[in-house]
Amino acid sequence: MAWKAIDRITPADDDGDAPVLSEAVREKIRSFFPRYPEKRAALLPALHIVQDAVGYVSHRAMRDIAELLDIPPAQVLDTVTFYSHFWTRPRGRKVVVACRSLSCHLTGAEAVIEAVKRHLGIGEHETTPDGAFSFVTEECLGACEQGPCLLINERLHGRVRPEDVPRLLNDPDNDRLDVPRSDLYDGIRGPTGEMEGRA
Amino acid sequence: MSGFEPVLLRNVGVEGVRTLKVSESRGGWAAARKALTTMTPDEIVEEVRRSGLRGRGGAGFPTGVKWSFLPKDRKHTVLCVNFDESEPGTFNNRYLAEHDPHLVLEGILIAAYATRADLAYIYLRAEYHELFHILQRALDEAYAAGWFGADILGTGYRLECHIHRGAGAYVCGEETGLIESLEGKRGWPRIKPPYPAVRGAFGRPTVVNNVETLACLPAIIERGAEWFASIGTPGSTGPKLYTVSGPVNRPGCFEAPLGLTVRELIEGDDFAGGMAGGRKVKAVIPGGLSVGILTADELDCRLDFTDVLNYGLLGLGTAGAIVIGDDADMRKVLANTARFYAHESCGQCTHCREGTGWMARIAERIAAGAGRIADLDLIVELCGRMGMMSGMSICGLPDGAAYPIRLIVEKFRGELEEAIGRQPPGYTERYIRDRIPSVYALPVLQAGAAPARERAVPA
Repeated sequence: MAWKAIDRITPADDDGDAPVLSEAVREKIRSFFPRYPEKRAALLPALHIVQDAVGYVSHRAMRDIAELLDIPPAQVLDTVTFYSHFWTRPRGRKVVVACRSLSCHLTGAEAVIEAVKRHLGIGEHETTPDGAFSFVTEECLGACEQGPCLLINERLHGRVRPEDVPRLLNDPDNDRLDVPRSDLYDGIRGPTGEMEGRA
Repeated sequence: MSGFEPVLLRNVGVEGVRTLKVSESRGGWAAARKALTTMTPDEIVEEVRRSGLRGRGGAGFPTGVKWSFLPKDRKHTVLCVNFDESEPGTFNNRYLAEHDPHLVLEGILIAAYATRADLAYIYLRAEYHELFHILQRALDEAYAAGWFGADILGTGYRLECHIHRGAGAYVCGEETGLIESLEGKRGWPRIKPPYPAVRGAFGRPTVVNNVETLACLPAIIERGAEWFASIGTPGSTGPKLYTVSGPVNRPGCFEAPLGLTVRELIEGDDFAGGMAGGRKVKAVIPGGLSVGILTADELDCRLDFTDVLNYGLLGLGTAGAIVIGDDADMRKVLANTARFYAHESCGQCTHCREGTGWMARIAERIAAGAGRIADLDLIVELCGRMGMMSGMSICGLPDGAAYPIRLIVEKFRGELEEAIGRQPPGYTERYIRDRIPSVYALPVLQAGAAPARERAVPA
């Protein structure tokens, strides 16, 4: 609910004094400035970059972004909390998103969602104790012909049957894209890279 | 569909067509060359106006007319390409750009030249990760070949084009919500006027067009407005991408002239190929969730801009059909639909924020087997008060919520009433008491709401 905060977007308690974004991340954000007539328009790209690099957007990261973009931190918080894509507390290395909208519902999404929860042993908006997976459901993922579908980080899996779920989640390459990547956005980093963006 | 050659999907299945070289060998970018080197912007606007092309994103506004609203004395113009595509049941833009990214980019260049835009943003929804990489690589290649940037084809025309990734919000598909989101803010639609054509992104005159709309432009430039207008039905010209999802044999994206019947789309051998697993059609949501619903008796509805109105629908929408089989429980369809809008309401307008949430809770209760006949009347009444007063909300989201919810209740009332009639006596009250005990703490409600039989038994 865009206007209503859900539990996973409660900001993490890490609002320290020291800047959290590395120079590399800052430079990447700055590289987006020339695309827009106003610097503040680079906010969504900045949030994508920070979430890709650090894994989530903490209060401290919001302050850093605000400073870079010359806007009040409140404006960053306002934008962050509006969009369901951004996490303001640590999440699993792989985020499993299940579509729950009508086309997927009609082709069996409920059973798939139950299978994911059962296999991971967690509920919605939760992260496994080892930090490997977080699970959420979302409205339409725009892949209705492939319903029911699951998004694992950047990779979409269509026509998922409940019995496929354990094999799918155990596959280490289940988030790898088949198409060549553009280097404009890094995407979510692998298991060792999650803290690379930190200063 | 005899005699119809695909226009938008003609390159689907062609090996390597995501690359500029193969795209050009298939005639790609030829229309952009023709437009930029032999036509003036105003000639293109006139050609598009004569073609009768209407926006494919849902509202169906004539594209050439939309462009003509731009002020004549403008300095900078922004073209926003609406690739937010979040309407449930809709994936035609994704399918098109995945298979033929250069067709989309060529359409963007033609539209930008026609509107004299110097900046173009493709607002791409966040969930389309794979497509982002496909599109970005095609864009990089087009830039390198000189189709974007300074002095395109030596004409002195300059256009910068960037992909702006969204972050998961349905309301950003509304044109002013999209503009706010592009500017780095929450995607709250703006009060209009001023319309984007006058004051849009970054305070500049702005045009927002859907991807499929832009993808029609190369064909219009190449083959002419008369050819385009000869396809389809009166007032609904040109080819259209139809999508079908749900329990059919061949869910997918299909191209046909505007005016295809729903029955043909579901049962035709060239289209979805009938229902899967021996099911029968119970209902069809023919144009993306927001347009409303058709019963199995209404499948002769033609998918163009006018015939849909004869069936009480909001409009053509995106022509993304969700087919509901006879094994589906309409209570769950209702609850799923209502929850979508409650989740996606941006929260600015009170009646939408509260109304969608209220309807979702009522529908959820009905789906849980604790509905009341009176709930159905309540939903219809809510839809009237909350959504149908056009012009009373900042954007069209509450209208889009009210249509499907009201039509499901009205057209499937018999089935819903029957299901409510099968509930065990007293279940509604127990369900409510378990979940909202505060309701029963109020003595007035307790006396009025609990059935006499239960009240007679001391606790």
